[in-house]
Amino acid sequence: MNMPLMKAEPATVTPATTAKVLPLPPKRPALATRTRMVLGKVAERIVPPVVVIAVALLIWELLCRRAGSTLPPPSRVLTDTWELIVDPFFDRGGLDKGLFWHLSASLQRVAFGYLLACFVGVALGTLVGQSTWAMRGLDPIFQVLRTVPPLAWLPLSLAAFRNGQPSAIFVIFITAIWPIIINTAVGIRNIPQDYRNVAQVLRLNHLEFFWKIMVPSAAPYIFTGLRIGIGLSWLAIVAAEMLIGGVGIGFFIWDAWNSSHISEIILALVYVGVIGFVLDRIVAGISTAVTHGTAAN
Amino acid sequence: MTSYLKLDHIDKTFIRGSAETEVLKDITLGIDKGEFVSMIGHSGCGKTTLLNIVAGLARATNGGVLLEEREVNEPGPDRAVVFQNHSLLPWLTVYDNVRLAVDKVFSRLKPRKERHAWTMHNLELVQMAHAKDKRPMEISGGMKQRVGIARALAMEPKVLLLDEPFGALDALTRAHLQDSVMAIHQKLENTVLMITHDVDEAVLLSDRIVMMTNGPAATIGEVLEVKLPRPRKRLELVDNPTYIHARGAVLEFLYARHKAPALQAAE
Repeated sequence: MNMPLMKAEPATVTPATTAKVLPLPPKRPALATRTRMVLGKVAERIVPPVVVIAVALLIWELLCRRAGSTLPPPSRVLTDTWELIVDPFFDRGGLDKGLFWHLSASLQRVAFGYLLACFVGVALGTLVGQSTWAMRGLDPIFQVLRTVPPLAWLPLSLAAFRNGQPSAIFVIFITAIWPIIINTAVGIRNIPQDYRNVAQVLRLNHLEFFWKIMVPSAAPYIFTGLRIGIGLSWLAIVAAEMLIGGVGIGFFIWDAWNSSHISEIILALVYVGVIGFVLDRIVAGISTAVTHGTAAN
Repeated sequence: MTSYLKLDHIDKTFIRGSAETEVLKDITLGIDKGEFVSMIGHSGCGKTTLLNIVAGLARATNGGVLLEEREVNEPGPDRAVVFQNHSLLPWLTVYDNVRLAVDKVFSRLKPRKERHAWTMHNLELVQMAHAKDKRPMEISGGMKQRVGIARALAMEPKVLLLDEPFGALDALTRAHLQDSVMAIHQKLENTVLMITHDVDEAVLLSDRIVMMTNGPAATIGEVLEVKLPRPRKRLELVDNPTYIHARGAVLEFLYARHKAPALQAAE
């Protein structure tokens, strides 16, 4: 950063013989230097993962290229699934659809279940965080229920809803809600007494206290819960869809397995991973935008 | 004549399990309108507890607080508190911190435009208008305390309660802020009750200094009137006999007659 500045300085010192020194406007590095710096920084981040991925693909290729290997090498995966990759939007009716449709069906279920879990989870977490009575009553139940694996809820919800779609949404909901409840409750319980005093002196009513003090103060905790929640939702959807069938990435994988299309499974796994990563980044991004400045005092 | 703010036979006992601790015993004090009263005492003598009772944030076990002859037993903007650690909401800007108070107190009394003007007026009063869009974490400790004072003043309180407002600041910032508080008090003639453990601060700012004995069961040991004319100038007071006498009296009370428990133990 300082390099071009330092070079520029001696040049301006020479006219000091005229006995008048003019203040220099801070000089920015030349465009070419800046571009090079930015590119350098990008390269620092991009090069290592690219190298690691290339090496991993190479090892995989070498291991699976031999005759009789049970899994296809990456080159086979690419040629086998090329059609699916280049045309994710085809729709030949029934379950024979492009990956886009499967993924969007899964994402819709996650969106419904997760958003529901957000609202109910924050509400219940607030209740548990605010009221000692509610905490004593509800906390033991939460602690037991949250250890139940997501898929164990599926038969029960199928029995209750008698339909795959709401059952899958329920499984997402019940998976995502626990970390949201627990983190919200911790956040609410950790609101500093100072802020409560301010609210009392100002005589904020319950609604004002909720929006102006509680939510912003607990926001970092709430978002931690929301982030864990979205990760768990995406983990659960694939398993749930394998069992309920219909359009969805989970069923796509199960279907590919039944038809021995191993390459398609691998492609689907890549998509599942990438989307899970993107979902996590989205929630993390919202979190930084919303909680800007709340953490520090 | 009855006082503007009256602390009437206040006792405070904390009960934890079977253990009872008597913190304050029989505190009676009257404060006149426009008067600046300081409470001084060693740490742990229950000063802050007493202030919290006046603020309504804590309840007295016996006795009570009367403001304009009406009992107060809950917090409210008529007794605005400047907290020791400023207690600004970190997610709001300086302006919004003050505006929150203004909006709450004057929502029905002033239209939006006037509330904005009133917010800015109070920020200007503490010389913080220039930083109105900054967040608390972007400004210094002294500036935060200024904003805390602006927030309290903006509520147009009947009584301003200061809980060791300058305790966490360095000496220079503290002096600067003390001057500001004096100037504001001169201008607005607020009634102020301040908790402090700084002798010079108490003498410089107060009309009366209330000296507290050590806990448990702390009570008012002595009340000293500081008959110095206002406006007071820090530098002129250095060799003023009244100032020196008042300072000596408080020091004598605190360190000769009511030594801090920790200091006593050390001897």
